[in-house]
Amino acid sequence: MLRIDRATRDAIVAHARADHPDEACGVVAGPEGSDRPERFIPMLNAARSPTFYEFDSADLLRLYREMDDRDEVPVVVYHSHTATEAHPSRTDVSYASEPFAHYVLVSTREHGAQTGLAGDDVEFRSFRIVDGVVTEEDVEVVESYLFGHSPTTVVYD
Amino acid sequence: MAIEVRIPTILRTHTGGNKTVSGAGETLGALVDDIEGQHPGIKGRLVTDEGKLHRFVNVYVNDEDVRFTGSLDTPVKDGDSVTILPAVAGG
Repeated sequence: MLRIDRATRDAIVAHARADHPDEACGVVAGPEGSDRPERFIPMLNAARSPTFYEFDSADLLRLYREMDDRDEVPVVVYHSHTATEAHPSRTDVSYASEPFAHYVLVSTREHGAQTGLAGDDVEFRSFRIVDGVVTEEDVEVVESYLFGHSPTTVVYD
Repeated sequence: MAIEVRIPTILRTHTGGNKTVSGAGETLGALVDDIEGQHPGIKGRLVTDEGKLHRFVNVYVNDEDVRFTGSLDTPVKDGDSVTILPAVAGG
């Protein structure tokens, strides 16, 4: 299960909306071994494409150096799909190389601001991708890590 | 002196969990061969059957992506630092 605080979840969704129709991508880093996504790091999609994303090679090196210095790991690796469902594509699976990360997929195909649709529904789902096998997991949005489980916790199935 | 190579999480199964290994060689290709001798299996994760670097792996000598410096022919020397990072990409 992915447990993520609301502000971070909202930041991921806002990034995906802002970059629509191109795919948005980024990382939420957290202390090694904690499984807590704490530090939101939006990345540039070097591919600037509606069907592909890739971290710029120099940005990638800088990101991993920085996480290393801070004893962090990429707890969440997120990207958006802008015309299809929030589920890893074959390409996503072939590239996935962080077996301990939560791969978050956001779909902006039906978000209102850009599409003009009456409904505004941005899908937010999380997966593990290990050795080519995709497993969806629950996402629990907590108000804040500071207070742990609060009574207002919402579980999205 | 030797050349330090930083290993990403996904390849640490080949290095007994170690985050860094060290090796020797005049070029990146020779260094990879040397490391393969100590940690069998790692070369196949980096280099294709045709002898090219895999598209989904990034290798840096010091701060330079080797795609721009000659790929596996990139010269390396004692004291250099090599970093291997899987591309973060998808569709």
